[in-house]
Amino acid sequence: MRKGTRLTAAVATATAAALLATSCGSDSGGGGGGDGTVRASWGDPQNPLEPANTNEVQGGKVMDMIFRGLKRYNPETAAAEDALAESIETDDQQNFTITIKQGWTFSDGTEVTADSFVDAWNYGANIENNQINSYFFQFIDGYADVHPEDEGADPTADTMSGLEVVDDHTFTVRLTEPFSLWPDTLGYAAYSPLPRSFFDDHDAWLEKPVGNGPYMIDSYARSQSMTLVEYGDYSGDDTAQNDGVELRVYTDNNTAYTDLQAGNLDVIDDIPASQLNNADADLGDRYINQPAGIIQTVSFPLYDDAWSGEDMVKVRQGLSMAINREEITSKIFADTRTPATDFTSPVLEESGGYEPDLCGDICSYDPERAKEMIDEAGGLPGGTVTLTSNVDTGSHRQWMDAACNSINNALGDTGACTVNPVPTFADFRNQVTSDSMTGMFRSGWQMDYPLIQNFLQPLYYTDASSNDSGYSSEEFDDLVNRANSADDEDEAIDLFKQAQQVLVDDMPVIPLWYQNGTAGHSERVSDVRLNPFSVPVYTDITVS
Amino acid sequence: MGRYVVRRLLQMIPVFIGATLLVFLMMYALPGDPVRALYGERSVDEAQIAAIKAELGLDLPLMQQYWNYLLGVFQGDFGTQIASRRPVMDVITQALPATIRLTVLAFLITVVLGVGMGLVAGLRRGGKIDRAILFVTLIFISVPVFVIGYAYQNFFANTLGWTTPTVRDPEAWTQLILPALVLASLSLAYVARLTRTSIAENARADYMRTAKAKGLSRPRAVTVHLMRNSLIPVVTFLGVDIGNLMAGAIVTEGIFNVQGIGSAVYRALSFREGATVVGIVTFMIVVYLVVTLLVDLLYAVLDPRIRYA
Repeated sequence: MRKGTRLTAAVATATAAALLATSCGSDSGGGGGGDGTVRASWGDPQNPLEPANTNEVQGGKVMDMIFRGLKRYNPETAAAEDALAESIETDDQQNFTITIKQGWTFSDGTEVTADSFVDAWNYGANIENNQINSYFFQFIDGYADVHPEDEGADPTADTMSGLEVVDDHTFTVRLTEPFSLWPDTLGYAAYSPLPRSFFDDHDAWLEKPVGNGPYMIDSYARSQSMTLVEYGDYSGDDTAQNDGVELRVYTDNNTAYTDLQAGNLDVIDDIPASQLNNADADLGDRYINQPAGIIQTVSFPLYDDAWSGEDMVKVRQGLSMAINREEITSKIFADTRTPATDFTSPVLEESGGYEPDLCGDICSYDPERAKEMIDEAGGLPGGTVTLTSNVDTGSHRQWMDAACNSINNALGDTGACTVNPVPTFADFRNQVTSDSMTGMFRSGWQMDYPLIQNFLQPLYYTDASSNDSGYSSEEFDDLVNRANSADDEDEAIDLFKQAQQVLVDDMPVIPLWYQNGTAGHSERVSDVRLNPFSVPVYTDITVS
Repeated sequence: MGRYVVRRLLQMIPVFIGATLLVFLMMYALPGDPVRALYGERSVDEAQIAAIKAELGLDLPLMQQYWNYLLGVFQGDFGTQIASRRPVMDVITQALPATIRLTVLAFLITVVLGVGMGLVAGLRRGGKIDRAILFVTLIFISVPVFVIGYAYQNFFANTLGWTTPTVRDPEAWTQLILPALVLASLSLAYVARLTRTSIAENARADYMRTAKAKGLSRPRAVTVHLMRNSLIPVVTFLGVDIGNLMAGAIVTEGIFNVQGIGSAVYRALSFREGATVVGIVTFMIVVYLVVTLLVDLLYAVLDPRIRYA
């Protein structure tokens, strides 16, 4: 009998453990809200959900829903339009007086004032707050005092001297140098206003962020889901056309795609690469494939003597002509990339500086001319070239193989171009930023704001922050400087276009293709589209 | 018995330290800088990177980082995530309920179906049922888990509509049944085969004949004598398997969108979140150690000849 009791005890313990497990964590909520709620795919945001600390698309979705800044980018044309800004005035492109509209409130009821902006910007810029988007404030006078450039240096001020509150609804901004397009950068999430509660109890705020946008957060179960509901007192024009949005975390976008087909999900963005060829058949006109503000390029290590010689321009241009962009974008990317013909992006539209034919022949596939040009210049340095990229995401391995094949075929030499795959993105960026490349390497740019300036200055200006190839051209720098101090936007854009022409002539990087954003939606919802940042415009979605 | 348990618990300390150190070193040896990776392909801000590293203690020498980590662990602090600045403990406790539920379900399925099938097959060795069970388990063992996962998802959820294709609410046991079945399929195949062999062998043992001779009914002879003597290898397997079910469910969790430990460690690895990976692995090590201890104690329950002094 005694043995029997022991067995029973073991079973009892196991049952108790199971019961304990059931009772754990029963606080997170169940399904979504009412019938008018849009169920959309989401990923766990990488960074804390605060405006100046969000630089990836998943956190960006939430920022776009719960915040409105001075400007907002028109979801269709990408033009910066006034949101909270009543007016932004300047005489010298360096000193701006900003007036904000009256009557806007945060969803906790407090009013949006000039302080809401100034405090938020000072917070975002301060190095001690560890905000990833700090550099957005670098144009403001006094940034160097709150965010010293030297590693380990302490800030010498708490606030930027270039920001001054005039009255409740007016403040002035002084930039370090003229920047004519600066007001158009203000649509980025980093420039959002913040309510007092953000500063008073930061941890509580992060648990459930409070903003001034068309939605407010109803519940947030980390790594699971977030439910947003319409903010009734929202003062903007783009009020929500649905009752709310339920964002559901998916670790694998294939699973999200399955759920969409089963009718358990209404909107997915980023269709999995493996499904791109089926998406048209599966979803029909519910499949969305439209340009995003992302350009993929191949850079040359111009800090390496082998690649920087004068003859090398011809070699670089030749390599550009040896890559069959059309074939790669259609075969490998199922037309979710468009062959690039300039250094910007179609989302800017021609009025914003995008120039469809800028690169012309040099970005068109012409194997014979490519071989001629490279041979004339004395061939590839060392006779071969490598193409390096991380291969952990985004079909990089496939297109690199295809690009190298294309080059090898053009040059009639199977060993001319070889692929150098790097396992992880972090490792690849380490190699790139330490200037240790010896051949071509992948580079890409996702715009911070839809401005031609953002596609050129950070990438090609001498010693600019993302100038990975080490390109330096007096002519280019001069044109950028003149554009930034131009009197009006048209003139500025014109000068930026001239600067772009310099890039075609020097070819420090080869434009490959513009990246598209993809999305799909269920039959339950309509009016789904992506904004220039490839984020669905949730406010416009209607539920039937 | 008490002394034995204490000795086993003390033995856990060096294993624990050695294992965490190994994982810590491995994470450190991976190429690439996780703080720099925060900036993606955008402008990199060296001063800010240095400031973040200083705050998280990532600028210290490796051994000092490890020492600080160990000190923290003993105070219940598993470190902080680099990107999200969340305490790793938060990440673990968040993922744990779903994982525990899934594990419990999968484990129950494994035990009930696995031992049940093994018992039937073992008692009717060579018969039709035995051959059918051997065939089914062979399929479970040879077909990769993601194939089974997508097949079940497609058949039970999309075609028959019995359940949702993905887990929307990790607290709803009914939604977890499908992923648990997939997760359990491989283990239950092994358990069924182990049980079958063991039962078939012991069914001809002397004590079974004795039991029959002294007039014990067959069901009683099977449950009291045969089962107890045959379950020792099965229990050993099940003990190790609990750990596999908990941490090795990455594929299943992905297919059914369960936000558990498996997907948490996968995400942490892809972002090179060292503290998170070490934290989860440490937790799993503790689970393994405790389960093996429990299994060893269970031996004594099953077989009175085994005694721990």
